[in-house]
Amino acid sequence: MMENILNALVLLANFLVVPGLAYGSQLALGALGVTLIYGILRFSNFAHGETMAFGTMAAILATWWFQSLGISLGPLPTALLALPVGILAAMVLVLTTDRLVYRFYRKQKSSPVIFLIASLGVMFFYNGLVRFVIGPNDQIFTDGSRFIVTAREFKKYTGLNEGLAIKTTQGITVVAAVVIVAALFWFLNKTRSGKSMRAYSDNEDLALLSGINPDRVVMIAWLLTAALATIAGTLYGLDKSFKPFTYLQILLPIFASAIVGGLGSPIGAIAGGFVIAFSEVTVTFAFKKFVTYLVPEAWAPDTLLQLLSTDYKFAVSFAILVVVLLVKPTGLFSGKSL
Amino acid sequence: MTINRRNVGMFALMALLITIVGVSQSWSVALAILNLCLISSIMALGVNIQWGYGGLLNVGVMGFAALGGVAGVLVSMPPVANAWAAGGIGVLIALVVGLITIVAAAWTYNKLRGTGSYQALTVGAIVVVGYFAMRWFMDPAVDAIEAVESAKTGYLGGLGLPILISWAVGGVFAAGAAWIVGKIALGLRSDYLAIATLGISEIIVAMLKNEDWLTRGVKNVNGIPRPVPYEVNLQRSEYFQKLAADWNMSIIDLSSITVKLCYAGLFAIVLLAILWLSERALRSPWGRMMRAIRDNETAAAAMGKNVTARHLQVFVLGSAVIGIAGAMLTTLDGQFTPTAYQPLRFTFLIWVMVIVGGSGNNWGSVLGGFVIWFFWIEAEPLGLWVMDVITAGMAEDNALRLHLLNSAAHMRLMMMGLILLLVLRFTPKGLIPETRR
Repeated sequence: MMENILNALVLLANFLVVPGLAYGSQLALGALGVTLIYGILRFSNFAHGETMAFGTMAAILATWWFQSLGISLGPLPTALLALPVGILAAMVLVLTTDRLVYRFYRKQKSSPVIFLIASLGVMFFYNGLVRFVIGPNDQIFTDGSRFIVTAREFKKYTGLNEGLAIKTTQGITVVAAVVIVAALFWFLNKTRSGKSMRAYSDNEDLALLSGINPDRVVMIAWLLTAALATIAGTLYGLDKSFKPFTYLQILLPIFASAIVGGLGSPIGAIAGGFVIAFSEVTVTFAFKKFVTYLVPEAWAPDTLLQLLSTDYKFAVSFAILVVVLLVKPTGLFSGKSL
Repeated sequence: MTINRRNVGMFALMALLITIVGVSQSWSVALAILNLCLISSIMALGVNIQWGYGGLLNVGVMGFAALGGVAGVLVSMPPVANAWAAGGIGVLIALVVGLITIVAAAWTYNKLRGTGSYQALTVGAIVVVGYFAMRWFMDPAVDAIEAVESAKTGYLGGLGLPILISWAVGGVFAAGAAWIVGKIALGLRSDYLAIATLGISEIIVAMLKNEDWLTRGVKNVNGIPRPVPYEVNLQRSEYFQKLAADWNMSIIDLSSITVKLCYAGLFAIVLLAILWLSERALRSPWGRMMRAIRDNETAAAAMGKNVTARHLQVFVLGSAVIGIAGAMLTTLDGQFTPTAYQPLRFTFLIWVMVIVGGSGNNWGSVLGGFVIWFFWIEAEPLGLWVMDVITAGMAEDNALRLHLLNSAAHMRLMMMGLILLLVLRFTPKGLIPETRR
């Protein structure tokens, strides 16, 4: 009996907790970028998914270059080494975009809706750019060792029926997310620039009166966003695979994460990312085997016990979004302040 | 609107462009472009109703167009008797259960307002129980339906009615979906509507791809009945053969042109009707109120206008127009292909049309629909030609040259993004600016 319970728990850890943690970290990093832009520039950046795609693409190209030079990180994927290149490329891209597109509307004090439409145009452009350079197809760029713990090792070690596999990319994703979030919060709470950003987001006029340079704040927000987007995108690409179209689709869960947590609230974005990720994984998980372990044999279910087929995972983020909009439109952490 | 020479000139120029394609490429190609231009214009009109009149951002045009498309299937395809016998009752019961669940949840939600977590728990329980009850009826019925000759049918089929009816039905479907989304997201921050529409459109398309019992999913529905004659029948008729001989045309060309002209006539009637109604609405006191709300919500609300209700109204109306256009598109294609619904093609392209044409001006949207669709189609040969010229100096098997030629198709996306940004920046009023009244 005890063994059955352990088996059931390991099953849950393998198919629910580990993938949920990894996916949640990716969403949280993505949602942080959306929330930063919302907090500082006050619009929902629809081009964020494509910024992720662009940064990832640059990282992939750098990875291939490093690979051709024979540089590698041993067991870790080379893409980690290429990340700074990707981040730099994304930074150049978003700063150029801001200079050419958004700055004009900022000077005009246009309404957020105009920014939003401009971001649609930017999204279109990035989308074409990414496909133009790397093509619309799947690109695989993982190397190094695939697993930290394989299912077989785990079974041998514990003697259980169920194995627990942790992919290297999943481990890296979670560790990277923790490090980056810690660094971001340190930056926002302890440094002068970070504090000025929070002040600007809280009350623009007051911040301007106290001598905060708005151009600098906006620039830092874009730089942070580019870095976050590239990291989130590269981790997602390492974990699943890189395909430009998926970065268009991931926009919805990312927005849902940011809104669930409260647009403009970094801590909310992180919480939202995990809420969305775990709901998605749980709702599309087939509980048949899990229940079979726990109930007497005669009661074993003959259906999959899957709430929703995986094709509808977007419906999960949407449903959560709807509930939040109906019940608490400001999100869990009452957003609109950094 | 006073007759403006500049505007008439632009429409004339557009007609000239299509004529040039007709003469230089072929009339069949020109008419194919014209037909899609007409449909695009109607979609753009729908978005213009939402954005131009109401200032509402709909980023889910694709979903509403797809709902219109599915109406084409559900209205016009012949019913599959065996599938109905196998699981029709089960599906109907499941749908009724689902409906009851929603009504019960909404009723309880309102009834228990203000009771905090008690309300949340009760509504949650109702939804969960209702969902499982629905699945309990649905799953076996769906399996039974999909087992019926899955290579040929495997779905319930439609009602077997004339397809023209589906245009209205498509509008109703889209309006229904818009009402639900609007109820949830309107009255909140403007971004929320954009994100909610993005979500609903993804879900609608996911459903159409996966609910095989309804739409055959990715197996597509082919051979949707036409409202116009078939080429083969035309070619057989003696009158037609004589006509072809008299005009010294190949009978195949003549028949295909005739069919396309029939479509163009039908689409033009719908376009003109919607355009006329929109213009009437814009000039009416209702249109004046909508502009007042768009330009200053606070002031309009202070004047006693119910801003959220008007927004909902205009959002539903615009979506209905998009739904009609979606049904027309399925009619023209003669098939329903869920995988064809791509956000870039169905949402953002329509947005470019509205912005370029001139938001707030119906004629502008129509012109935008024509111009953008024309260039969207003609940009492919054009882009290829440009790439060919640029890379002409390179060797035939140069890797860069091959890459550029292969990627020329993606240039279109970049161009469209660029056009949207440039127009938004330098001529935000568009080709035909909104008339000041």
